[in-house]
Amino acid sequence: MLKVSNLFVNYGGIQAVRDVNFEVNAGEIVTLIGANGAGKSTILKTISGIMRPKSGLITYNDRAIQNDSAAAIVAAGISQVPEGRHIFAGMTVQENLEMGAFIHKGGTDMAGSFEEIFTQFPVLKERRNQDAATLSGGEQQMLAMARALMARPKLLLLDEPSMGLAPIYIQKVFNIIREINAHGTTVLLIEQNAKQALSIADRAYVLASGEIKMSGTGSELLASQQVQETYLGA
Amino acid sequence: MHTMMQQLINGLSLGSIYALLALGYTMVYGVIKLINFAHGDIYMLGAFWGYYVLRYWHVNFWVALLSAMVVSAFAGMLIEFLAYRPLRHSPRITALITAIGVSYLLENGMSYLYGASPRNFPQVIKQENFHIAGLTVSNIQLLILVVAIVLMVALQLIIKKTKMGKAMRAVAVDPDAAQLMGINPNHVISFTFALGSALAGAAGVLIGLYYNTIDPLMGMTPGIKAFVAAVVGGIGSIPGASVGGFLIGILETATQAVGLSAYKDAAVYVVLIVILLVLPSGIFGKRTKEKV
Repeated sequence: MLKVSNLFVNYGGIQAVRDVNFEVNAGEIVTLIGANGAGKSTILKTISGIMRPKSGLITYNDRAIQNDSAAAIVAAGISQVPEGRHIFAGMTVQENLEMGAFIHKGGTDMAGSFEEIFTQFPVLKERRNQDAATLSGGEQQMLAMARALMARPKLLLLDEPSMGLAPIYIQKVFNIIREINAHGTTVLLIEQNAKQALSIADRAYVLASGEIKMSGTGSELLASQQVQETYLGA
Repeated sequence: MHTMMQQLINGLSLGSIYALLALGYTMVYGVIKLINFAHGDIYMLGAFWGYYVLRYWHVNFWVALLSAMVVSAFAGMLIEFLAYRPLRHSPRITALITAIGVSYLLENGMSYLYGASPRNFPQVIKQENFHIAGLTVSNIQLLILVVAIVLMVALQLIIKKTKMGKAMRAVAVDPDAAQLMGINPNHVISFTFALGSALAGAAGVLIGLYYNTIDPLMGMTPGIKAFVAAVVGGIGSIPGASVGGFLIGILETATQAVGLSAYKDAAVYVVLIVILLVLPSGIFGKRTKEKV
């Protein structure tokens, strides 16, 4: 579904991503793990069209998208939940969700989308008329995920969704990612919480200093001694 | 007391004009962080358009007002497209200097094409004065106030209720996240320029009717005063721009009322300096640290 080939990206004058190759097949949960600054976010932002690659190819359903605008990429079916949530402060929860559905024209079933989202995230229904900035961190993360789902993406990119959350919300976030995937959305997940990420991932790649060092199924990497020592603190 | 009340009424009419202009400054700043110094000249273009259609096409006032808004909206979008869009990723100071350049181009271009001398704006609405409790209010003052308030309410509805209006707020809060929603920032920026310029065009026609005279440099001083109004209200804040506009209008007439007519412009700039010193984020502005 998504294929990244020989990707190089510069960020602030340094090579943040070096010759990265990986792919995500339809229906999978794939995770990129690695330390802070390994280049994970840069890869995601490049796929979303917020950053431009120096060279390399990103194809989505066999079509090159690395030069497409961010808006075109969302329209093609790839949505991103950005790191740090980036909800629209000063706008209500409902308005945030409407922005998520921005690419859909008036004719689409907005009421249906809202109903689905509110079933999955009941807390957002309670708070729909509240300024999104007044939500707790965990609720804001729920909103950021729900907002991305309003676009009805086929591929969902998640950038550190569990970062800075209370343990109860971390568990919730991973459960929701599983649910989303079970409903047919392919997931590319970036996490520092490697253990949790690997345990729900079909396949995973380990990134260090902008390069892919290892890959395998989630359980393989979870069992790997090297990964355990470096990322799981075992 | 009586003089003060009379000046308050005069100040509200003048303040309506500043408020309409200040809204354009603040919206554009909110979305692309640019002080569009050519904004006052859009107001001049609106006034000139009104002048021509009233004088030569003999349309009625409302047609002149609405068509001036449409023409100004297109002028604003065109200026953004030609002058600011190519500089989207340049340092902010580059765009700011370009805005000053566009302002000079419009002022001197219009002087060159149509002459610099003032023209009499057709008085299509006959002035009538009403006397209420010893105060004088003209129908034109009322018209200005009512039109300004109607436009401000309409603007508020557009921003709160329409899809583009909401997208505008989203881009102002977080442009990167807005892009991740599939919002094309260029469309939102054009839309913002169109809205702000339409209000400026309306203000131009209203001022023509109020002061009877227009000229190619008429946008300079009101443009700067409206900018001050936007800063006073809190740049980026829409209610702030409206309130700031009225405050500056009232301040200006109050200065005249106490016999300091010669210093009415200076008073506005003193307010700018004081606000920047004691309340740099303005009345409604959020005090935010510059993100690194």
